[in-house]
Amino acid sequence: MEPIRQHQGLVYPLRRENVDTDQIIPKQFLKAIERTGFGKYLFYNWRFYDDGTKREDFTLNDPKYENASILLAGKNFGCGSSREHAAWAILDYGFRVVIAPSFADIFYNNALKNGILPVEIDEATIEHWMMEAESRNFELKVDLEAQTITDDQNNTVFFPIDSYQKEKLVNGWDDIDITLMYEDKIRAYEEAFQK
Amino acid sequence: MGKPKTIIEKIWEKHVVHREEGKPDLLYIDLHLIHEVTSPQAFEGLRMNNRKVRRPDLTFATMDHNVPTANRHVVRDPVSKKQMETLKKNCEEFSIKLADMFHPDQGIVHVIGPQLGLTQPGKTIVCGDSHTSTHGAFGALAFGIGTSEVEHVLATQTIWQHRPKTLNVHVEGDLPIGVTAKDLILAIIAKFGVSFGQGYIIEYTGEAIRNLSMEGRMTVCNMSIEAGARAGLISPDEKTIEYLRGRRYAPKGEEFEKAAEEWLALATDEGAVYDKTVTIRADEIEPQVTWGTNPSMCVPVSGSTPSLDEVENKEEVRRALEYMGLEENQPITSIEIDHVFIGSCTNSRLSDLKRAAEIIRGRKVHKNIKRAMVVPGSALVKAEAEKEGLDRIFKEAGFEWRDAGCSMCLGMNEDIVPPGGRCASTSNRNFEGRQGSGARTHLVSPEMAAAAAIAGHFVDVRKFEKVLQ
Repeated sequence: MEPIRQHQGLVYPLRRENVDTDQIIPKQFLKAIERTGFGKYLFYNWRFYDDGTKREDFTLNDPKYENASILLAGKNFGCGSSREHAAWAILDYGFRVVIAPSFADIFYNNALKNGILPVEIDEATIEHWMMEAESRNFELKVDLEAQTITDDQNNTVFFPIDSYQKEKLVNGWDDIDITLMYEDKIRAYEEAFQK
Repeated sequence: MGKPKTIIEKIWEKHVVHREEGKPDLLYIDLHLIHEVTSPQAFEGLRMNNRKVRRPDLTFATMDHNVPTANRHVVRDPVSKKQMETLKKNCEEFSIKLADMFHPDQGIVHVIGPQLGLTQPGKTIVCGDSHTSTHGAFGALAFGIGTSEVEHVLATQTIWQHRPKTLNVHVEGDLPIGVTAKDLILAIIAKFGVSFGQGYIIEYTGEAIRNLSMEGRMTVCNMSIEAGARAGLISPDEKTIEYLRGRRYAPKGEEFEKAAEEWLALATDEGAVYDKTVTIRADEIEPQVTWGTNPSMCVPVSGSTPSLDEVENKEEVRRALEYMGLEENQPITSIEIDHVFIGSCTNSRLSDLKRAAEIIRGRKVHKNIKRAMVVPGSALVKAEAEKEGLDRIFKEAGFEWRDAGCSMCLGMNEDIVPPGGRCASTSNRNFEGRQGSGARTHLVSPEMAAAAAIAGHFVDVRKFEKVLQ
């Protein structure tokens, strides 16, 4: 997993609540046996017509957001299916940070496991930045170590993140390697409880 | 006696392998269920790092999401075929039990776990599928995980988890006749929203929950994720014990009696405190129908779609109505359907099919219905239903009688609703495009789906006879 400490990038505003993982990556793309190559299918049914042509009415198709790497969305982002393909598609498309007032639990975890930083901040700030990103070229600077996001007017907000998850993201640590350091305890547990 | 505890706390404490200030707990996993869609990348990860499956004996695999529900011998989609072959290869390589497409134990992972007695009270159960919460009906702590977590559990048989907050969803009174577990959980989500369970594990309590059959309890727990909770469970009681007695993987003889005693002791103690409690009255609930694109967009069958002037989230409601091809203030009973799907991990068990068959018996699906399907939850449910002649009732009415799988709930195989098609579905998600690109889904109980199949539009199943006359 690629470590993430600071990230500055263009913001894409997705003004929708309860974005579910069926929208993030529709089922017909879940048949692959690899982790890569899902970016082109991100928000597929919103971005494309059935014949594969682009929908002009979906803002992610607007060339001005082409290089966006920060996704700004409404509350309960990533609800529904546990498919990690949703996180893979977001990362593969080029997003490293997703900001929303709240996330669905499974998606939040899946994001963390893939080096995507999910940031929860208050709705008023999101609404303000949503308007900025809809009206002009708008960048944000995310500092995971300081747990802050700063806009180009020098407004800074603090965001919460679990200290353990933060340590893992900052260092790009693999979860399994960490857990295997506790193998003695796992074995002891299995013996004690006859698992 | 110590402080009274909830079942959630009791199960949690028994599974902590390692606890350290400032970190999540390392929890032991008793049962890991696997299917073809969310596991290939996890096995690949193991191979790349030269790791083994720590406890193949606590791991069980089946094929459900992708399987054809007719003509099994021909999997037309080469990509689906490869995914299923990959699961078979992985299970052989890592010595994991697999109920493949042709195995008599095959079925939707959340139907076969309980049926085989793999699901038991007090167990921690995970699966790379968000509807793993279903197993909570037995008083197990069961939740869905992503593929990276699947790999982690395969390698270590543990998972890192923060101690969750507890949420008591208390259901007062009993459900009226003709109102089912499905209507109850839809009404709960309609009342409290799609994210009220976020960060919590739900325990369902109250008279109506106690009165539900084990199958009804599974329907309720199944949709906990649609309320935003990763897990939802119900304290075990005599019904739980009786369901498990004699199941293949349940303990036998004296061992069973001993286990039963321990299981009953897991029930939440009198006076235990939850982080949050919400209450709903069961006796006021009617059969429910969703009209929108998330499960909280749901009203009683006697109701109508919302009025845009009366809702706060106008834009979301407007978009949902537009997608669904509905007007505001439109009576639910005026909505005509052209597809019917009875199946999914929510409602594909024998009792679901029996209740739907009672409505269908001796009748024909409406002429406007282009496709009506029954997809039993497992090969065993199918066999039992056939023994009771349910297949004949459905087929004579004009339903297709299929082999077990997830099927039209998510349309990963060929079973999809065409663009613009409108489906009365017993599944769990009415998201845009869920059952097929451009498809419109209305979530209902099996009885309500059956009644709509006959009438061609939604009807209150309790007044069904009158409507037909």
